[in-house]
Amino acid sequence: MSTIVKPAPARSGAAPAPARRARTRLVGGRKEAAVGWVMLLPAAVLILTFLLVPIGLTFGLAFTNARLVSPEPARFVGMDNFVALFTDDTFWASLRNTIVFTVVIVPFQSGLALVLALLVNTRTRGTTFFRTVFFLPVVTSIVVVSMLWLFMYQKDGLINVLLSKVGIQGPDWLGDPHWALLAIILMSAWQAMGFHMIIWLAGLQTVPAELYEAAALDGATRWQQFAHVTWPGLRATRTFILITITIAAFGLFTQVQVMTQGGPLNSTTTLVFQAVRSGFQQQQTGYASAISLVFFVLVLVVTLIQRFLTRDKEARR
Amino acid sequence: MTDTIRDVADIETPHPVEPERHRRPAWRAGLTLALKIVLALVFGLPLVFMIVSSFKPDAQIFHDLDGIQAFLPVGDLSVDNYVGVFDRVPFAQFLFNSILISVLTVGLGLIMNSLAAFALSRMRIPGGRIALGVILATLIVPFEVMALPLLWEVNQLPYFDGTQIVQGWLDTYTVQIVPFIANAFSIFLFYQYFDSIPKELDEAARVDGAGWFRIYRSIIMPLAGPAVATVAILTFLPAWNQYLWPLMVTQSEAVRPAMVGIDYFKQLNTSWGQIMAYASIITVPVLALFVAFQRSFVNSIASQGLKG
Amino acid sequence: MKKTTSRAIVAAAVFAATAALTLTGCAKGGGGGAGTSDGQLVMWTHNAGNKAELAAIQSIVSDFNASQKKYTVKVQAFPQDSYNQSVTAAAASKKLPCILDIDGPNVPNWAWAGYLAPLTGMDSTLAKFLPSTVGKYDGKTYSYGFYDVALAMMSRKSTLEAAGVRIPTIDQPWTKAEFQDALDKLKASGTFAYPADFSTGLTGEWWPYAYSPFLQSAGGDLIDRDGYKTADGVLNGPDAVEWAKWFRGLVANGDISAKSGADPVADFVNGKTGILYDGGWAAEQVRAQFKDDALFLPSVDLGKGPKIGGASWQWGVSKTCGDQAGALAYMKFAAADKYIAKVAKATGTIPTTEAAAAMVPGYQPGGDNAIFREFSKKFAEVRPVTPGYPFIATTFTKAAQDIINGADPKSTLDQAVKDIDANQKSNNYFQ
Repeated sequence: MSTIVKPAPARSGAAPAPARRARTRLVGGRKEAAVGWVMLLPAAVLILTFLLVPIGLTFGLAFTNARLVSPEPARFVGMDNFVALFTDDTFWASLRNTIVFTVVIVPFQSGLALVLALLVNTRTRGTTFFRTVFFLPVVTSIVVVSMLWLFMYQKDGLINVLLSKVGIQGPDWLGDPHWALLAIILMSAWQAMGFHMIIWLAGLQTVPAELYEAAALDGATRWQQFAHVTWPGLRATRTFILITITIAAFGLFTQVQVMTQGGPLNSTTTLVFQAVRSGFQQQQTGYASAISLVFFVLVLVVTLIQRFLTRDKEARR
Repeated sequence: MTDTIRDVADIETPHPVEPERHRRPAWRAGLTLALKIVLALVFGLPLVFMIVSSFKPDAQIFHDLDGIQAFLPVGDLSVDNYVGVFDRVPFAQFLFNSILISVLTVGLGLIMNSLAAFALSRMRIPGGRIALGVILATLIVPFEVMALPLLWEVNQLPYFDGTQIVQGWLDTYTVQIVPFIANAFSIFLFYQYFDSIPKELDEAARVDGAGWFRIYRSIIMPLAGPAVATVAILTFLPAWNQYLWPLMVTQSEAVRPAMVGIDYFKQLNTSWGQIMAYASIITVPVLALFVAFQRSFVNSIASQGLKG
Repeated sequence: MKKTTSRAIVAAAVFAATAALTLTGCAKGGGGGAGTSDGQLVMWTHNAGNKAELAAIQSIVSDFNASQKKYTVKVQAFPQDSYNQSVTAAAASKKLPCILDIDGPNVPNWAWAGYLAPLTGMDSTLAKFLPSTVGKYDGKTYSYGFYDVALAMMSRKSTLEAAGVRIPTIDQPWTKAEFQDALDKLKASGTFAYPADFSTGLTGEWWPYAYSPFLQSAGGDLIDRDGYKTADGVLNGPDAVEWAKWFRGLVANGDISAKSGADPVADFVNGKTGILYDGGWAAEQVRAQFKDDALFLPSVDLGKGPKIGGASWQWGVSKTCGDQAGALAYMKFAAADKYIAKVAKATGTIPTTEAAAAMVPGYQPGGDNAIFREFSKKFAEVRPVTPGYPFIATTFTKAAQDIINGADPKSTLDQAVKDIDANQKSNNYFQ
């Protein structure tokens, strides 16, 4: 760690010498706060209007018996929805699946995405090509992707054919309750990896090049350079990716809806899938909102724990 | 490091440097390349499948699924599916709508979200930490969950339709753009990125008499190339892929975006070949954007900060 | 540097102008009073992307517009897959069109919710329609459809003869045992990946539409239609459990796949399966490939006679329509035999009146497709006529999927009954 050199201040000659020049009172106090809020205001207004209000309404609906299609207005029912929820087997299955999915995919996908980013973080010819190809699953339509993977996962599909070539008898991926969730995990990781590769790539750009040169001059091997220059430099990116991958993993929905519809035997149902199903298909808006509220609290707690564990232990500059 | 301003594209991307004593063995480079090619196959095959299938008739697509020929342009190839796409769907209108909506959402978002992140990350604002926390908390809620209350809400809002004020935003471009401009993900990404830019740059500029907006415009944003590129790409995608919301709020084909168009091919007899053709065409703008923006994944810090 | 700056400024100006124009109303969609647009009656239909059907509807509309000066109808087309969601959202926003089409089983739900207005003065016309195509609820008529669709077992004469399987007729369909025997023989022949394909890979409304008829054929039902209060005894009675065991048995035996491919018709046409269970819409493709060898057979009799689903898309008028008289005038105008024939011909479906059937090639008595009309007349059973149907449909779908994946039939059906009963009750039995 001692070989890390903090980037030198931009112009050493201009170390802020206070007092001499007439400084407009920019720092501190009411002017800074005012300008700050002006900058924040447009985004804040939009977020308040189009995110916070609907979210608040959703959570409010959790305490009613609102229906999607009904001539009667919603009635307040207190905790009824929650009681029904916690005695529902499907809910516990959804909760279990969601947690398993998240625990597995967060390290798997973020780690592999970093590997991909490192592979394409070069200026060699062909880098653009590889970057684009790794990103392709993210842009390809889910309709096409699901059709292809549905086919590949069949008992006699491409994946099992490849496995049999190395002597493994593959299961009926989407039809076997023991394997379906793993099948979804693999497909989701494959599909979203390019997304996080981009974020890692952006983060890798913030590591100043001269640090690598300095480390090389000190005789560090590539692995040492990674451990002592790259990895610490990626701290902010790491936190960002960890939090966003976790949140996205908890919100698993589309892949389940197009591939397995929650089956077989509740082995792939997730909290968001159950919320959408009860809200849109079964028309039980109030119950769906209750699921959403439980989901929100769960993810919020996990995210707060993550923020706490990864908080910046160095003093902010 | 020189002080002259060089073309951004010439800047070295920071990467680990070989210590002088070791030359990279040739097999190492070969292994990396082989790995990249294998990964390229793994990630690229579905797109190949899609494009190749878009030239095949429906029955052949399923027949070919049996083996490697699913990925090869063999058999009865033609552009019939593409002709069918233009015939069956007001494609130009849909494509235009999607591009307009996505570009506006992303463009306005870049400005608004980076401003907010700048304020939150580099200025002291009372209540700023709380604001950031609340913004991040909204990341948790998936869109499907709040779609219905949002629908109710946009139906209450006033709208100027060119001649008079009416109530409700249904069936407009506005309703597909405005709710999505402010984006917690973008703000968070800009925030983390700005955090890694040294604060000394701000102080130096302030000594020179620059105001906050000036700092934002002339110091921070030019350095934020990779972040801008990332946010542009990663917010264009969801805007482009919007499906549930346009379903709920658009009623006429004049403002309907391209994603809803896929459903046009899923009538009683699904035409898979046409779906492949359609999907291929609507992938192109996103890919073009990606290729254009990924050039910005170069280190801007190395060049900035040292100007005279 | 100057060039970049001025280019950037121009780009920014263009951007700002576009944003301003777009976000204010210079591109608007609809407008006007409830369900109307500039005095025109707005009609929504689910067949965007289906050129033939849309053209048929549009020609009816132009005929109507030309036939009188008082009302003008304007068509807005939506894609089928997401149509229900669009309508639900429009209903929640109180922006329903005047005239719209509805998927048959949803009619009671939407009528109860107050979306639809009853169709008055059409009783004698509608008496000639296939009963499954008229949507009634609570004693009133709310919708009618131009056509119905029949489910059938499809196969090839050569296949069945080679395997030594009797070819069933409408009066002598396959019994449960015969069907199993046929499947065994097809499996033994080794020609097919699966002897039969029940299109289990399809999602959505297909599951109740296609598989609850088997339940009904075995003697069970989705809900007790006497009062629509409970499903106990019909969905979890001994007949229903028999159905569940049969359904699961087909998968366990390797007769059908629990999750078919994305396009079962293509698989059948490509020779991967021997018997295909699908709707009449597949007939054209099958006949194109196999010509005279194609067979369209009645479904299996699991005890109480073969049963197939009934009721397809139907037309209704919304309650919030600003001009009820105009909408009703259109509905009466469109219910003519020649228009029924036009739409049915365009969609390859069963015309709802005898007179219209005589006008559609293939559906005349003795025609190629007349058999589908016979199936519909003899075997069709509408899905339960209750506003709780959407809930029943999703619950049944999940139960059927769990059963086919090996869950215990009795407890799965018991749970489904419990859920359905709770939903009917919590809605006060939709009084």
